[in-house]
Amino acid sequence: MNRTTLPSLLSGILFGAGLALGGMTDPARVRGFLDLFGAWDPTLAFVMGGAVIVMAVAWRMVARMPQPWLAEAFHLPTRADLTPRLIGGAALFGVGWGIAGLCPGPGIAALVIEPMSAAVFVAAMLIGMAAVRLVEGTSA
Amino acid sequence: MTLPGYPEAAPLAGLAGGVLIGLAAAVMLLGLGRIAGVSGIAAKAAGLGGSGIARGGAWMFLIGLPLGALVVSLAQRGIAASFASTPVLVIAGLLVGIGTRLGSGCTSGHGVCGISRFSARSIVATLTFMAAGIATVATMNALGLEVLP
Repeated sequence: MNRTTLPSLLSGILFGAGLALGGMTDPARVRGFLDLFGAWDPTLAFVMGGAVIVMAVAWRMVARMPQPWLAEAFHLPTRADLTPRLIGGAALFGVGWGIAGLCPGPGIAALVIEPMSAAVFVAAMLIGMAAVRLVEGTSA
Repeated sequence: MTLPGYPEAAPLAGLAGGVLIGLAAAVMLLGLGRIAGVSGIAAKAAGLGGSGIARGGAWMFLIGLPLGALVVSLAQRGIAASFASTPVLVIAGLLVGIGTRLGSGCTSGHGVCGISRFSARSIVATLTFMAAGIATVATMNALGLEVLP
């Protein structure tokens, strides 16, 4: 236990509750959103919109904060370059997301909703991550 | 409440869920100074690089995800969810794992945290994975591939 333990847990609980409440732990709803040319279900846009609005306020607050409430410094991404790796990776992720209707957060949250299916997805995801690590070495 | 023309949509529940996700990411950002990107945090917890968050904190966040879903599931007396078969989940999971590491993030890190910060990388990544997801579902539908029960 240190002072990052409880805030991290709280963040995870809020995140998981939001995913479940917004219907994102149901692959049918996520694939419904991606089915833009079929029976489109816009719910995911409301989820993302709600989250982005709250976070836009948080970013405004960050601009006026010398440091986080419970840590010494902010550790935020600084890269701005658009690389083939970024775009190719995002495209591969999108194909996987479309195939099963699951991304990492809902996959992990769904461990309490459909444990076997979620565990298979999460295990395969970790193997995929490990494969990238293996090919690229520890620098990635 | 329903949206005219979209009987399946749950806009209010979606918005409420989105606000909770935003608050979750805000706790991580304002409290600990970090991005709540699930793929990076999962990689960190598994010892596969990823987020700069402490490994213990990464595990706490990940344990919180199903706990939060469990609270909603209990409050609503169950949650509707239909999942693909094991082989489909394996293929999708591998692609999601490889893609999120190469692309430095997923729906949470790029889609929520990055877009709200107007990050060019995150905007491009989100447009790309959304387009790829839409194209994938459209292609599978055109081929008659039903993956959900």
